Amino acid sequence: MNLSVNELKQVANQIRQDVVVMVHAAKSGHPGGSLSAADIMAQLYFNEMNVDPMDPKKADRDRFVLSKGHAAPVAYATLARRGYFDPEELIHLRKTGHMLQGHPNMNYVPGIDMSTGSLGQGISAAVGMALASKLDQANYRTYALLGDGELNEGLVWEALMSASHYKLNNLTAIVDYNGLQIDGPNEEVMGIKPLDKKFESFGWHVITVDGHDFDALAKAFKEAKATLDRPTVLIANTVKGKGVSFMENQASWHGTAPNQEQLEQAISELGGAK
Amino acid sequence: MTQKIATREAYGKTLARLGQENPNIVVLDADLSKSTKTADFKKVCPERFINVGIAEQNLAGISAGLAASGKIPFMSTFAMFAAGRAFEIIRNAICYPKLNVKVCATHAGITVGEDGASHQAIEDLALMRSIPNMVVLNPADAVSTEKILEAAVAYNGPVYVRLGRSGVPVVYDENTKIEIGKAITVSEGNDVTIIATGIMLAEAMEAREILAQENISSRIIDMHTIKPIDVDAIVKAAKETKAIVTAEEHSIIGGLGSAVAEVLAETHPTKMKRVGVLDTFGESGTPAELMVKYHLTAKDIVAAVKDVLK
Repeated sequence: MNLSVNELKQVANQIRQDVVVMVHAAKSGHPGGSLSAADIMAQLYFNEMNVDPMDPKKADRDRFVLSKGHAAPVAYATLARRGYFDPEELIHLRKTGHMLQGHPNMNYVPGIDMSTGSLGQGISAAVGMALASKLDQANYRTYALLGDGELNEGLVWEALMSASHYKLNNLTAIVDYNGLQIDGPNEEVMGIKPLDKKFESFGWHVITVDGHDFDALAKAFKEAKATLDRPTVLIANTVKGKGVSFMENQASWHGTAPNQEQLEQAISELGGAK
Repeated sequence: MTQKIATREAYGKTLARLGQENPNIVVLDADLSKSTKTADFKKVCPERFINVGIAEQNLAGISAGLAASGKIPFMSTFAMFAAGRAFEIIRNAICYPKLNVKVCATHAGITVGEDGASHQAIEDLALMRSIPNMVVLNPADAVSTEKILEAAVAYNGPVYVRLGRSGVPVVYDENTKIEIGKAITVSEGNDVTIIATGIMLAEAMEAREILAQENISSRIIDMHTIKPIDVDAIVKAAKETKAIVTAEEHSIIGGLGSAVAEVLAETHPTKMKRVGVLDTFGESGTPAELMVKYHLTAKDIVAAVKDVLK
């Protein structure tokens, strides 16, 4: 697809409303890190990736791995709005007997390419997918979305080291750099700065980008595709809870569900109907 | 007993053959290819051999990604680091989505020998057996290793194969057929049944000879599949013989002995004894010395049989 920036904004807004509604209905889940990634997800699924919602397993599709698996609500909302399944299903998030697990299961949900949830494992699996693409001399690309707190995991760095070792120019990582993790700001819990220099020293091409600016994201993904000698990471500066005033930049909204009143305010701020 | 071959040797040889037959097979190692014998595969299919360096978590994660893309990854390292260090990646990234990864772990058990306790996995069967969707296989010799690997390739889903470092007698002939989940009754007998797994099968067969001299007739079962365990073979043995002794080169907690006890307790309570490592760490030494010190020899099985038949 090739949506305009205005159309993308509308899509991302719809995704954000879905996220808040879903987490409210589930009475648990992770709104903060879902809202921060909504624009990145809209850009990927509506403008960047070669995918077909009617044929979710087609062999030459681009792959997406939600390495920060707790942001499942934003992935589910994006897939539903892209046409992989009925948006009515979203309301069943985290409910017994339904497909939308608290963290994504690739065998239940059309469009989910890898089961994730345990941090650090998604990027490692994404390296395997990018290697498979090379082995098959296929052209598909692999995208992996990581959280900033997730970078505390040692496995992430094993995976990053191997991706540049194998010169995986078909792999693009995106860090949803909202600066907050469960127990507080990254730099208080476990400092990860300087992130750009860390990635560079692990052999990655680094692009720092505003994760809420569609033009900038499009440009960055284009640069990633044109980078042929190594993998690329987008360090996407984002706002946790983006779009809902009382959730923005609050670590406490990492894994908390809004009550009815908060839901109504959030939907109203996002321009939706109550 | 004539020829001795380590099951890891048979693994390398078989992998090289299977790799040439099946272009979907990809082999991954964590800087131990000369020890795990995946170097044999690398020699013939270098383009499908991936060395991830000393990073067993990434070994498992990359394998998951390859399997999700249609490959049949064989990931190898020592059992300690495969089943131990990479446990949670194997659980969440491989078994939960039921991906077609073959975890082939060498240097299992106490017969690692001189490297000592840090490298002697005696918990791997327990760990792997506890994960849903995982099939757990433990071949006894070179021939059954080859057959089990063929069965593992034919099966679509995660498999753990336990392999050893040290030479063990070849007990099977080339025509033996091995099916996942179907135990092999190696010898018939009616006083007692010895259910052995892995390299303990050879010890069990030796124990049978000693017991025969004392007019004790023992049935020998090779439980090469720890999961799904052959319930029918266990119950049949419990009904037809007076007692059961299990033998494994693994902790008595959580492995073959536990699996057999679970079956018997729920279906046909029977007197039994477990021969295995007695909830203790190993140490450095020659494999043969350690087998004696940690009570894993034919003599120990004989003693357990006599005790249980008392």
